[in-house]
Amino acid sequence: MKDVELKMIERAKALLESGEVARVVGWKKGDFCFDPSPAVFETVEELKDFVYDYFCGANLSKYLIQVSKKEGKTAVFLKPCDTYSFNQLVKEYRIKRENVYVIAVECLGKLDIEKIKGNGIVGVTGVEVVGKDVNVTSAYGNATLYKPDVVLTKCATCTKTHVAKDEEIILHEREAKDVNRFEEVEKLEAMTADERFAFWREQLSKCIRCNACRNVCPACSCLKCVFDNPASGIAAKANDDQFEEQLFHVIRAFHVSGRCTDCGECSRVCPQNIPLHLLNRKFIKDIDGLYGEYQAGEESEGKTPLTSFTEGDSEVNDVVYGEAK
Amino acid sequence: MQEVTTEKKEFTPNIVAFCCNWCSYAGADLAGSSRLTYPANVKIIRVPCSCRVNPTFILKAFQQGADGVILCGCHPGDCHYVTGNYYTRRRMALLFNFLDYMGIEKERTRVEWVSAAEGARFSAVMNDFVETVTKLGENKRLTDLRVKEGE
Repeated sequence: MKDVELKMIERAKALLESGEVARVVGWKKGDFCFDPSPAVFETVEELKDFVYDYFCGANLSKYLIQVSKKEGKTAVFLKPCDTYSFNQLVKEYRIKRENVYVIAVECLGKLDIEKIKGNGIVGVTGVEVVGKDVNVTSAYGNATLYKPDVVLTKCATCTKTHVAKDEEIILHEREAKDVNRFEEVEKLEAMTADERFAFWREQLSKCIRCNACRNVCPACSCLKCVFDNPASGIAAKANDDQFEEQLFHVIRAFHVSGRCTDCGECSRVCPQNIPLHLLNRKFIKDIDGLYGEYQAGEESEGKTPLTSFTEGDSEVNDVVYGEAK
Repeated sequence: MQEVTTEKKEFTPNIVAFCCNWCSYAGADLAGSSRLTYPANVKIIRVPCSCRVNPTFILKAFQQGADGVILCGCHPGDCHYVTGNYYTRRRMALLFNFLDYMGIEKERTRVEWVSAAEGARFSAVMNDFVETVTKLGENKRLTDLRVKEGE
């Protein structure tokens, strides 16, 4: 990953120096080795803090909504999953495509510090990934972990490849993965309604309505969100009742259905570890099954499944009561 | 001495029916003028088109004490606005399937197409839906405790 990082810095430097772009969107060193944060670099000097490592899980595409409206071009580093969100935002006219210079970078799966800490490792000072081994150095000694156990949930089932191409920086070839991302959704579907209700009640009752899932979601880019409406009764406050948890999550999942690229940021940022991606994946699975395979963000134009229809669509009652499933 | 009655009050569900102005609402009207009966606990809300119904409306109806929500519109192809009910069909298929995924009884939600000439069908659909929801009993999974309190 270090060689990719050096190449990225070199490229960013060249672009800034030549004046081709006015700024670069990337990741900046955090206080610890495991908390780099998205940042905008406007000068070559600022690039000394530029970082690209196994903890750069954040999706940078949503930042472009604001940044691409500024004067001059913006260069952005996008991982494969981010390019889908980028395309989707271009499709919705939220990003000015002509103002953005995309540099697609290889990813190979990002690590989840919470999962590393879950192995009883504290005081992490650095990680090194060699094949499927993650060598963690910490203040209390070293440890080797199995990579698939400690990658972000969104990376575990990711098979995405770059779809927004300007320029690519790839030094690692990714191996083809044979995974079913709907496995957990299917597991839930196989449960009885009572079990599912119990499962979601337990999960959603953890929600503290911090709105992190909404704020990070590239599909949630409305200027005015329905949940910011004071008259909605559930604006910007902790949930009072089980209903409010359900309302927020059902409506949010519905609003992004057909546009969700399954980037998995919602689950990554959730401080309560609610598996929010399972809500969105249910919609994706149903859309795939009922209206044909559809991957949001694969194209930067065209209609989404919920803004189009065919005369032969399945009837609602057939779908819900089981005949068309 | 007054006798203590332990007998339970018979459960009558609250049903909210969203009916489109052009077909189903007129269908309900025809059911009435044809002297056909449907249960009085069906509360009809008139909407310009079935695709006017936002998923939030349905959840809010449940929050405010509905035990079942039924959405009625023109038959596909007959929409007054040409294509409205095709969108409804996709949205509601996904939404109701999703509510089922969340563990909310799917029998509480339904979409039926009722034209302005189908008074008899309107009455039959409502009778059937009320019967189904009555069997299910009170809606306890998608409801707001604060709303229940005042009852």
